[in-house]
Amino acid sequence: MIRFGSGALGRVVRSGVGRRRVQTLVIAVATMMAVASAVVAGSLMVATNAPFDHAFARQHGAHLTAEFDPRRVSAAQLAGTRSLKGVTASAGPFPTTTINPVGPDGGHLPALTLVGRSGPGKDVDALDLKSGRWARKSGEIVLSASFAGQFLPLGETLKSSDSADAQTLTVVGFALSASGSAEMWATPAQVRSLATGESVLTDQMLYRFDSAATKAQITADRKKLAAALPSGALVGTQSWLDTKHATDRGAAATIPFLFAFGVLGIVMSVIIVGSVISGAVGTSLRRIGILKAVGFTPREVVQAYVAQALIPAAAGIALGVVLGNLLAVPLLSDTESVYGTVSLSVAWWVDVVVPAGALLVVAVAALVPALRAGRLRTVEAIAVGRAPRTTRGQWAHRAAGRLPLPRPVTYGLASPFAHPVRAIAMVLAVTFGTVAATFAVGLTQSLDAVASAQDPEDRADVTAVTGAAGPGPGTGRVQKAPAAGAERGPAASGSNEQQPSADPAAVRAAIAKQPGTAAYFGTATGDATVSGVPGTVRATLYQGDSRSGSYEMIAGHWLSGRGQVVVPTGFLERTGDRIGDTVRVTFEKETVSLRIVGEAFDTANDGMRVHADLDSFTKAKPEAFHIEVKSGVSPADYAQKLAGVVKPLGGDAFAESAPEGENMIVLLEAMAALLTLMLVSVAGLGVLNSVVLDTRERVHDLGVCKALGMSPRQTVGLVLASVAGIGVVGGLIGVPAGFALHGYVLPVMGESAGTRLPPSVLDVYDTPQLVLLGLAGVVVALVGASAPAGWAARVRTATALRTE
Amino acid sequence: MTHVIELEGVAKRYDGADAPALGPVDLGVAQGEALAVTGPSGSGKSTLLNLIAGLDRPSEGTVTVAGQRIDRLSEHALARFRRERIGMVFQFFNLLDDLTVADNIRLPAQLTGTARRAAASRAGELMEVLGIQKHARAYPGRLSGGERQRVAVARALVNKPALLLADEPTGALDTASGQDVRELLVDLHRGGQTVVLVTHDLELARACATRTIHLVDGHVAVDTHAEAVR
Repeated sequence: MIRFGSGALGRVVRSGVGRRRVQTLVIAVATMMAVASAVVAGSLMVATNAPFDHAFARQHGAHLTAEFDPRRVSAAQLAGTRSLKGVTASAGPFPTTTINPVGPDGGHLPALTLVGRSGPGKDVDALDLKSGRWARKSGEIVLSASFAGQFLPLGETLKSSDSADAQTLTVVGFALSASGSAEMWATPAQVRSLATGESVLTDQMLYRFDSAATKAQITADRKKLAAALPSGALVGTQSWLDTKHATDRGAAATIPFLFAFGVLGIVMSVIIVGSVISGAVGTSLRRIGILKAVGFTPREVVQAYVAQALIPAAAGIALGVVLGNLLAVPLLSDTESVYGTVSLSVAWWVDVVVPAGALLVVAVAALVPALRAGRLRTVEAIAVGRAPRTTRGQWAHRAAGRLPLPRPVTYGLASPFAHPVRAIAMVLAVTFGTVAATFAVGLTQSLDAVASAQDPEDRADVTAVTGAAGPGPGTGRVQKAPAAGAERGPAASGSNEQQPSADPAAVRAAIAKQPGTAAYFGTATGDATVSGVPGTVRATLYQGDSRSGSYEMIAGHWLSGRGQVVVPTGFLERTGDRIGDTVRVTFEKETVSLRIVGEAFDTANDGMRVHADLDSFTKAKPEAFHIEVKSGVSPADYAQKLAGVVKPLGGDAFAESAPEGENMIVLLEAMAALLTLMLVSVAGLGVLNSVVLDTRERVHDLGVCKALGMSPRQTVGLVLASVAGIGVVGGLIGVPAGFALHGYVLPVMGESAGTRLPPSVLDVYDTPQLVLLGLAGVVVALVGASAPAGWAARVRTATALRTE
Repeated sequence: MTHVIELEGVAKRYDGADAPALGPVDLGVAQGEALAVTGPSGSGKSTLLNLIAGLDRPSEGTVTVAGQRIDRLSEHALARFRRERIGMVFQFFNLLDDLTVADNIRLPAQLTGTARRAAASRAGELMEVLGIQKHARAYPGRLSGGERQRVAVARALVNKPALLLADEPTGALDTASGQDVRELLVDLHRGGQTVVLVTHDLELARACATRTIHLVDGHVAVDTHAEAVR
């Protein structure tokens, strides 16, 4: 009896891998791309979820931060809320107010929520004291760690306001609240002493609930709380989900998109690896028979065929991990900026779990056909390898033969029906490739629509400002607040720092007089407070016909007169308001009631912005004018001439440059293009592999056809026709599926970014484009089949006829 | 006399082989002639047939078939030449299993662009003549060896070729079926068809051929036509 050591088995495996170069390449590339996209998606998921979740869990973060009016509810009543059903822990009441501190160099910090606590806390919102110590006496404050930096070191002093009798506050510590309950802390007595005049004192309570995982649950908890207390006592709440969303927002928006690509990649990898391996076994029946005839055991045959898949897959997986890590770097560095000082890298376990999972998938995909190979009886295997081919698909040949098309084409069209499983694998590969392409095209267009919908005031040709222009274009526009957690300091003040020095009426008159003016409107920007909303929100006030600078509307309409306000989705979700509700907005010490007339697509400032008519506020004056010039007028020349007029008044004018793409959008588009290219390539490789298998199997038949006079061109036509139908079917399934995926993922991305999306972002496909995308499925199939088609045309007829 | 086949100094050498598989050979086959090529295995019979059919190219010499020099034709032109001038019958039939008998027979006509109805009509005629009409809608796998070879002959004749090449046409058949095919070839020759027949079967050669060449180690050892001329 012949005994085979590992050497014989090893030689068989090596020769199998070496002989089937196309299959080896397809397995390696398919797994590489699937693993790369899974590593990117996985690391982003971990990076965007872990920092917040870990910090929140460690600090026993507050599910709901609630502010109460102390004139309407007593401390005893608030203490009674601790025993409400569903409340598992609570802290407070803490005296709370809002102050506008002034930095050491006279610069204003944004309006900050100041909470009086005697210590960092324990049961709820246990603050993480990053440096320094807790405030022990009046005149000491602890700042949010997001302010820590060279502008505000420990020991630095601030003024509580810019009034003459402002108190001096010394920074004694920096702390982090995962719940985002405040930006500044002091002793309760200190807070009460600062809550005078315009600074209203409220009581802050922090709650944890047994059910607070969803918005609906939080809303129910909030209602329960409001119902337990006198009407009007609850003036504002902040959900931990909003804080989490705001923190994760930067990179969280990429997760659904990466998840979709990750799933597509993994499914495609499974399909292609499975079809490659089963195809390899199917076309190796004779070889299996011979191996068994010379003494290989069924187990050794199984081992040989699984190993033939695992070797190239392992190489592909290793390369995929490297590629995935390289691709994740730019995304993670972007995420890192969102989380401030937290250093992010691909989680080590992602680099372990993803390749291990991929290897398992490959092993299972290979094991099923390998077991079939192992079970084959020796005689049967040899006989099947030499016997006439299966008679499956004869009906298809009969039907295709009736089509009014050249015979090689109809012969090719019917070919896939001889191997239905292989044909289904090809259809799935093309379908997934088409889904990826359709989704990516839609995503890119949606992201472009998002980019063009941002900062609509940038669409102006020229901007004139009433103050000095300062650093250049953009001055006088809406100041973007730093991203959540990003370093903030006096230099990044978000308060109403633009001090007008020119009379806005004079600047407006100059614009009206300037030849070439087509239209213009004025804006004023600054912090405002809204009743029931902790802290401040950013306000932009518009004067004149501001339609050209309007935001994309999700619902309702843009401003059309005084008394109106347009707000983003984030504002509505945070406050629980709806279109038609009235809000009280205080801007530059003037409080007015405004009716919400529209929901705008505006993600700046975490969606906490208000857009109102400037004339609603009697004291507000425009700081900037956004001008459209007449056709044929050069914005640069216009701006130069206008600047000549308004500079002596104390203002300035400049032409707007084309807005730059948002980093995240550019990054997402690049990722989409890259991942799509990878998936479409995998689809093409899948088709290539299947057609190679098919062509090799049919080489004798092709030889017969060639002997009968089939020309090389007709042979190419036959092979290409054999995948054309598959391409059509893949396109017909893939385009609607990609369309549906886009329709599902985009709103989820929007939700992750804290906004609903307007139709301009969602409805991006047009019919000709969808038809072209459908044809892309055919192109993927034809490109994948072109190499084996060329080989089939070139193969020598006499050689093909000799092939068994 | 008009030669349908004209080989001048034809030799075929395969890569890596020291000696040529064939030749050099000079050979002329007249129109209406039935030539049998015999010889032991490896003597070059199939190589000779492949060169005449344009399935392979000679290493040396020229091959002219039906007035056309084919050794320098492109693959495309060779394919056109084969479908218009050559009919081939193989030892193992080489029918396409997934096509019906009628579709197999029609295939070469359809490759030339013959109209569907005309191709069907011609195939119908041949099936009737060869007695396989009742199998028109059947698949080759269900036919006997003799029936399959009749289908192969019908397919070879569908484009009315100038030359019918048969490679061991009875080699895979039982005695009765072999006899059947033998008679068919005799009938075809009697009808004026030029035939080149490669066979081990001397009985078949004697029955079907008007001339026999015997190849040994790639060279023509015996040519009954030359002997007759002498």
